[in-house]
Amino acid sequence: MRIACPFCGERENGEFTYLGDASPKRPNFAVDSGESPEGVEDAFYDYVYLRDNVAGYMREYWYHGGGCRSWLIAERNTVTHEFRSVTAAPGVGAAKPVQAGE
Amino acid sequence: MSGYSGSEPLGRTAALEGTTPSARSQAASASQSHRLRSGGLIDRQQPLQFSFDGKVMSGFAGDTLASALVANGVKLVARSFKYHRPRGIITAGSEEPSALVEMRSGARKEPNTRATTQELYDGLVAQSQNRWPSLRRDFMSINQLAAPIFVAGFYYKTFMWPAKFWEKVYEPLIRRAAGLGKSAELPDPDHYDKAWAHCDVLVIGGGAAGLAAALAAGRAGSRVILVEEDSRLGGRLLSDGGEIDGMHAEEWVRRTVDELASLANVRIMVRTALFGVYDGGVYAALERVNDHVPLPGPHQVRQRVWRIVAKRSVVTAGAIERPVVFPGNDRPGVMMASAVRTYVHRFAAMPGRKVALFTNNDDGWRTVEAVQQAGGDIAAVIDPRGKVPAEYQALAELSDLRVFSGGVSDVKGGVDGVRGVVVTDNNGRTQQIDADCLAVSGGWNPNVGLSCFHRGRPVWRDDIAAFVPGDSPKGMTTAGAANGEFSLGACLRDGHTAGAAAAAECGASGNAGEASEAGDEVYAISPLWQVKAKGKAFVDFQHDVTASDVTLAQREGFESVEHLKRYTTLGMATDQGKTSNITGLAIMAEATGRTIPQTGTTIYRPPYAPVAIGALAGHHRDENFHAWRLTPSHHWAAARGAVFVDTGLWKRAQWYPQPGEKDWIESVTREVLAVRNGVGFCDVSTLGKVDVRGADAGTFLDRVYINAFSSLAVGKARYGLMLREDGIVMDDGTTSRIAEDHYFLTTTTAKAGPVMAHLEFCRQVLWPELDVQLSSASDQWAQFSIAGPNTRKLLQELVDPSEDMSNEGFPFMGAREVKLRGGVTARLFRISFSGEIAFEISVPARYGGAMAQNLMIAGRDLGVTPYGTEALGVMRIEKGHVAGPELNGTTTADDLGLGKMMSKKKDFIGRVMAGREALTAPDRQVVVGIKPLDQKRRLRSGAHVVPKGAIPGPETDQGYVTSVCYSPMMEQWIGLGLVERGRERFGEIVRIHDPLRSEDYEAEICNPVFYDPEGARQRG
Repeated sequence: MRIACPFCGERENGEFTYLGDASPKRPNFAVDSGESPEGVEDAFYDYVYLRDNVAGYMREYWYHGGGCRSWLIAERNTVTHEFRSVTAAPGVGAAKPVQAGE
Repeated sequence: MSGYSGSEPLGRTAALEGTTPSARSQAASASQSHRLRSGGLIDRQQPLQFSFDGKVMSGFAGDTLASALVANGVKLVARSFKYHRPRGIITAGSEEPSALVEMRSGARKEPNTRATTQELYDGLVAQSQNRWPSLRRDFMSINQLAAPIFVAGFYYKTFMWPAKFWEKVYEPLIRRAAGLGKSAELPDPDHYDKAWAHCDVLVIGGGAAGLAAALAAGRAGSRVILVEEDSRLGGRLLSDGGEIDGMHAEEWVRRTVDELASLANVRIMVRTALFGVYDGGVYAALERVNDHVPLPGPHQVRQRVWRIVAKRSVVTAGAIERPVVFPGNDRPGVMMASAVRTYVHRFAAMPGRKVALFTNNDDGWRTVEAVQQAGGDIAAVIDPRGKVPAEYQALAELSDLRVFSGGVSDVKGGVDGVRGVVVTDNNGRTQQIDADCLAVSGGWNPNVGLSCFHRGRPVWRDDIAAFVPGDSPKGMTTAGAANGEFSLGACLRDGHTAGAAAAAECGASGNAGEASEAGDEVYAISPLWQVKAKGKAFVDFQHDVTASDVTLAQREGFESVEHLKRYTTLGMATDQGKTSNITGLAIMAEATGRTIPQTGTTIYRPPYAPVAIGALAGHHRDENFHAWRLTPSHHWAAARGAVFVDTGLWKRAQWYPQPGEKDWIESVTREVLAVRNGVGFCDVSTLGKVDVRGADAGTFLDRVYINAFSSLAVGKARYGLMLREDGIVMDDGTTSRIAEDHYFLTTTTAKAGPVMAHLEFCRQVLWPELDVQLSSASDQWAQFSIAGPNTRKLLQELVDPSEDMSNEGFPFMGAREVKLRGGVTARLFRISFSGEIAFEISVPARYGGAMAQNLMIAGRDLGVTPYGTEALGVMRIEKGHVAGPELNGTTTADDLGLGKMMSKKKDFIGRVMAGREALTAPDRQVVVGIKPLDQKRRLRSGAHVVPKGAIPGPETDQGYVTSVCYSPMMEQWIGLGLVERGRERFGEIVRIHDPLRSEDYEAEICNPVFYDPEGARQRG
């Protein structure tokens, strides 16, 4: 399998590690008076554990640890292993003016 | 066939020495009773000697072992897998199911080598397999008498009872009786390599279609790799000849290869078998670099595994001729018709003097002319279709051929091979024909394997009675015989078109030229899979699967081809059923009344051909199994005689033995006491080190650690603990603030990589808005821990006199840059893992060795002692510090006694999930100290903790011992453990149960901080 890193070009998959589904977003919350807000545990439970078992294209995280150390978001077909796109995670490079949890 | 000499082996190299090459060549020819006087792609000026089962014979350069055996009149070469039946050579290619031999000897012994692909070299030594005491008189051939119990599924039926006999009696018996060769039991002395290659167009197979494809793609200007498993390009053209563009096929091959070789953008790789097709256009091939010579030259590898990345591939892997199933079809001397032609035409070796031909298709008829031109007799042609093909009528009349309409119903003969062929004609009349060789053709199967490795299903074509590729993997096309195109003209056109198209798809714009031209000979076939008659008729020669095994499987309900395969082991041998799978499923189709396409094929999987594990491992074996990392002071430590331990990829000094020390405990105890009473140092460069910089560095660390770092003062260090998002502890380490916007973070040795990836994830994915950058500095710094009451005295010898090293000037948990004597700037951290006054000093990695030397010189009067990871571990256990065995992926911060560090005022990774009920339950197993009541007793890690008086078991189990050591300070074995409600139970006596080592004793649960619980020493 070959992965086209946007920084390093097409590289062998042994340079990368797989993390999984890129769709769950880490819940964003403010801490008041030392306690976590109501409902945040359920949100975290979903974020940490619940995953769809996708047959077909899926957005997923790959880490180019054997190369530029970028976290990448790849659209990969889980049935054919074909990649449709590979893009850099939002924070690759310098800090970006985006909102947390986006 | 006049003019053959007797079969007396020549034998003696000495006898040949001093003779002229031509004399040697004549002498060599004389030994080869079945060698033609002229012709063949062999070099008669290069005679080669070899031995088979100890008998010395000769052949010529250009021979395979199989062709040399044929030339020497050898028919019996093997005993079969189950029944030990005598077997010969069946094919002339890599599909060979029968002629498997043991090559070489000693450490280089290699079993199950196909004689048909092994090139001959001078001094080659081969043995037959699976026989005792000899190939001719094989004792185990009595298995044939017991054949009824060896039918399909016999493992499951015959040896059912008594059950306990299976492992001790039946299995060893079966394993001894059945099988193939024996592998070497010594380490392989040869080297193997792995390499990458990249191209636009990969052409797989160098026959007519492959050469045409490579030429078109090469002329067009694309980067081409042409792989061919044979040592020579040309494929069937080398065996069947023909005329292309008005010239002999061999001349066309020569010109085409010359042109390909002249193109800088074309790479030709012979002796290279493609065996796997993987995702994204990655292909795997095995190059047999030096299997055709006695020994690889100095610094050369024996085999090389290639991973080839190609934008497009053209499979021109040809087709495999299939046998017909009839009684006696496995007798030595029964051979594929195409193989007979190969031996005759390419190798000038006659498989028999009187050849009978059994064919159901026009292509098989080519054999008549080939045998006759070589001076052999065609004893008869048996063709069930009942008519001589138009193309061959003149030939049949001219040579007065005996042609039978019918099939072969038995083969007479024994260990010496075929003596006669029994023909049953279409009217049921039976007749025996004298023959010493039977050439068989049941038609051709396109080589669909490579096109099906991505679960593609081949498609049945009635006109050629064979499967052709269906959905090929992306970027792959198939051409020529592999695509069901069986005429030479069509192969050339198909190959050219596919090669030109593949090049164009890769953006090549050059002129691909015109396709070469050749005739379009007719390939007519009437399917015939089996001649039903009494006697053993083999489908799978390598696994001894008969036609009746297939029908038995059907009767017993194993009708699906996947079940058929596993129940009978059809196609599961090293040849992967290249000559047997389609025939087996055709017989199953008939038995079940379904069509062949309805029956379907089994799933094709790599490897296409056997690949030695050694070749896949390449250089990654023994000490190079994985890469190793050496600490900056490694060579210094090695020179002092340190014992090293593997921790991950690192080699770390474990202890430094001194003369007279009787065991490692004595060495380690000396090192611990030297630190606690004086001063010692230890290389801790293996810790992961990360520079964290940016305006938001403090905020970032607040979110990844459970405790706060934004509040850490510049010039100070703090111990930090980080969790996984599920609330379990991930890692720990100290982090220092070097400047407002600059922190220096350390991780454990084991987690350096994963923590870096995690931090990058947090920065790049979770909080892209933070102004923070990370860089790994693990390899940039050599870091030493210096510990003991005399640490300050030692450091004063090293640092510039202007540096204030007093307790006030450099307090506990201080961290700052210092200038060393000589001008090098170092980072100094006053942190302690041992519980003594201790500093960690970091210098640029290149000064690591010098630092160790300087510490020894500076500390000579203080008795400075280098210590290893073992003493480090002893001192951390004495201090109750947790490490890997406690940070084991199941423990929470509170389990480790560090729950109070969790900040309530902020969100951090793992905060919410760590609050879950089960992770905060009061009966969790938490870190405690454990000491055996018997002070002489050695505590062992892994032992279970159960309440005193309880019967050990899953219900009473309350935890286990995680870390142990002999404590020089406590003067007994002590340990840490994870024990239910442990912190409430200090002083309680528990039972330590160790079923693995059959130990059972009592111990006391105690405070994990055994030594200096007030922590006064490290602050002094």
